Amino acid sequence: MEEPRRNLLRWLLGGGLSASLISFLYPAFKFMNPPDIPEASVNEVSAGKVQDLKPNTGKIVKFGSLPVLLVRTTETEWSAFSAVCTHLNCTVQYKESSHQIWCACHNGLYNLNGQVVSGPPPHPLEAYSVHIRGDEVVVSRRA
Amino acid sequence: MASATEPPQQQGGWLEERLGLAAIRAFLAHKTVPVHAHTLWYYFGGITLFLFTIQVMTGTLLLLYYRPSPAEAYESVQFIVTRVQFGWLIRSIHSWSANLMILSAFIHMFSVVFLRAFRRPRELTWLSGIALLGLALAFGFSGYLLPWNTVSYFATKVGTDMAAAVPVVGHNMARFLRGGNDVGGATLTRFFGFHVAVLPGITTMLLLAHLALVQKHGMSSPRWAVEEYRRKGQSVPQMPFFPNFFLRELMAWYAALGVLGSLAAIFPWELGLKADPFAPAPAGIRPEWYFLAPFYTLKLIPSHVLVFEGELVGLAGFGLLALWWVALPFWAVDRKGVERTRWVTGAGVVLLAYLATFSALGYWR
Amino acid sequence: MRYGVLAFLFAVPLAAADSCVDCHSVLEGKLQAPAKAFANDIHARFGFSCADCHGGNRNETDPEAAMSKARGFVGKIPRTAVPERCAHCHSDASLMEKYKPRQRVDQMAQYRTSVHGKRLASGDTKVATCIDCHSVHDIREVKDPLSPVHPLRLPETCSRCHSDKTHMASYKLPTDQFANYRKSVHWEALAKRGDLSAPSCASCHGNHGAQPPEVGSVAAVCGTCHVMMEDLYKKSPHQPVFAAMGAAGCVVCHSNHEIRPPSVGMLAGPNAVCSQCHDATSAGGIAAAEMARQITSLEKALARSDQVLANAQQSGMEVSEALLRQREGREDLVKAAVAVHAFQAAAVQKPVKEGLTIAAETYQTGVSALQERTHRRLGLLASLIAIALTMLGLWLAIRSIEGRTAKTSQLTER
Repeated sequence: MEEPRRNLLRWLLGGGLSASLISFLYPAFKFMNPPDIPEASVNEVSAGKVQDLKPNTGKIVKFGSLPVLLVRTTETEWSAFSAVCTHLNCTVQYKESSHQIWCACHNGLYNLNGQVVSGPPPHPLEAYSVHIRGDEVVVSRRA
Repeated sequence: MASATEPPQQQGGWLEERLGLAAIRAFLAHKTVPVHAHTLWYYFGGITLFLFTIQVMTGTLLLLYYRPSPAEAYESVQFIVTRVQFGWLIRSIHSWSANLMILSAFIHMFSVVFLRAFRRPRELTWLSGIALLGLALAFGFSGYLLPWNTVSYFATKVGTDMAAAVPVVGHNMARFLRGGNDVGGATLTRFFGFHVAVLPGITTMLLLAHLALVQKHGMSSPRWAVEEYRRKGQSVPQMPFFPNFFLRELMAWYAALGVLGSLAAIFPWELGLKADPFAPAPAGIRPEWYFLAPFYTLKLIPSHVLVFEGELVGLAGFGLLALWWVALPFWAVDRKGVERTRWVTGAGVVLLAYLATFSALGYWR
Repeated sequence: MRYGVLAFLFAVPLAAADSCVDCHSVLEGKLQAPAKAFANDIHARFGFSCADCHGGNRNETDPEAAMSKARGFVGKIPRTAVPERCAHCHSDASLMEKYKPRQRVDQMAQYRTSVHGKRLASGDTKVATCIDCHSVHDIREVKDPLSPVHPLRLPETCSRCHSDKTHMASYKLPTDQFANYRKSVHWEALAKRGDLSAPSCASCHGNHGAQPPEVGSVAAVCGTCHVMMEDLYKKSPHQPVFAAMGAAGCVVCHSNHEIRPPSVGMLAGPNAVCSQCHDATSAGGIAAAEMARQITSLEKALARSDQVLANAQQSGMEVSEALLRQREGREDLVKAAVAVHAFQAAAVQKPVKEGLTIAAETYQTGVSALQERTHRRLGLLASLIAIALTMLGLWLAIRSIEGRTAKTSQLTER
């Protein structure tokens, strides 16, 4: 057997095997490496710090791929609702002057229990739970 | 390697002394594989085995993040697919490999039938193989539910409902499978247990037995090949298992890996929507392709056949069919020891044709 | 305590024998029908009986005595007398409070102001009275889905007369309202989406005081739901002009009963409503075309992002953040459509601009996701090359081994 051919074979096999092994092991090791967000928590999201939201204001929080309206009604009271209006899926907002939740598209009004006060919405807004952990506000889905 | 003070060791050195590699090598040297026009089919057992090891490896990786509860199962799979690096790839490979494994197991089985490799003394190899195929289907059925999406939820509902149609024990069987009266969180936990502990345990033991039997009896040569060479005054030519067949098998594995990787990367397995137990079943609920033929058959059977319930008749039919198929090595030979060649080939062709047409009908109808 | 007394009051008439029902249910045909139907009537549930409307005495078993004219018995109540008969109780606040404390008692007063009421007073008996809408002997609550005035059934109930050409002939009224309404976005919301708050006939025309909204009040009627549009319209240059023309606000562009989902085609193009008054070269025509262009550009940009994101998502890419942003972009599109009612291109421009920024952003996200997909495919390609090289190496190895052993294996064979 000529030497160069055997050498080529050795290189091909060795190189191919090790390259392919690397291409299998690399994803596996990357997979085992914990991701930046360490948990699959679509059941709750952090909505920022307590001091970031003044009393009698609201803000939209991203919950999975849906918006949630977080309202700080008083110094200590919080509530959260699905921000998708039950009429035509517009995003609702908090109306500070009347302490109500308002949809700008067709003037739908909800109270701070999510119940329809007036306007076209056919159903109340789905309520979410709010917990304070230290100085962090956590919104979670009601089981 | 060997220390200067000790007497020189046999070739192989340190490891040889401790493991007795020479014996393994000698053992491998004796194993041969027949060479004839249909040698190709001998590779499929190995490919099935290879895909099974891929399932074990990717399955173990998925266990790092998967959570078996109705509240978290779907979210954790979504997390794997979207947040974990290469999670999409690992999950996709696990799903694709499962399907390819079952496909290659079926090819393996039918090649054994058509080459009549189940003949005496390989009846137990056949039986263990059929049991392994059953386990593979059970893996598929239990694993299908784990992502807890709409399609899998309703497919499991339909599947376990069928168990309930079995007379006398059916109700309890369905309850056992579901861990309750209906498919729910208890079912998920249970199926997870089956999928990652019970089934792998049984499978490993049966697999070892199956391999040991293959090893003991060697590879079977089809009778026509034996006859052909006998006429020439020869025996069927053999190729050494190691390295010749082994290297070829390795090539086959690499080819399978290439196909698997491409499928997984180009057609990532879909996750679908989260299961909602209170939602009505969406239209077009279908089981995995390997359950399509019986699924479609049951759909065709009228609700009542004579005085019996249609589903019951169907299940009884499948039961008898399965039993008849399992007993293949025993009825393939008549009392005088003459092979019923035509019967076996005919049965194989009919079964294959049935599975192909009904799966296709079930898929497109 | 109070409830106990009420229960007692109800229990007595319920348990009491009712000779009207007893006899009429064994009669035949139209003499039997009212007695059968009355079992489902809300009045029967509260213990009222035939005699409460028709007079007579239900405790008498002798027909002559039970239906004695002397005791006020009236067989068929004349149509002109029906409203008064119902109002006898329904306008009595203290009586109604005993059964339905929250129910209004001004129906009769309203009815008198309605076109139906006025015509009835002038002796026209073809117009609707209470029983034409609420039915006669099986009157149900409005919220009962079987009631003819339940929101889902009301349009059909009105159409029984208003779509009947012969019935309407003498009034010179059109009869296509129901057919048109069924093509409207409101009917779709009501019937197809099951949104019971969507408007049907009475929402705009009133129920007991039914009459067509006056030209000047159309905007206010629509504005009860479409607040933003009404606000903008009232400040717009169209409002004084339409008022002077005697044109009915919203109806000028959206029609009255056949209100279709709005589209850019209403602003510009061959079927544009604007072009009915505004020449394409006039200032108004140019502004309309500009608004249409703005909205179309946002629609297209959002659709383009949608497509890229859908493509990326199908390939297993994580784009949920961008999809949420797309929702905001869609809202800007809704806002832009609302802003049209200011009838100034500049008003539309603001939400369109915001939407376009979002669409550009999400498009970029989609493109980078697709780039990531390309990276994945390159990774796959690299690994496939490694696999191919290994297979080639294996094949060469087999050939080299078998080339070497070919002769020897020949020897081993017998």
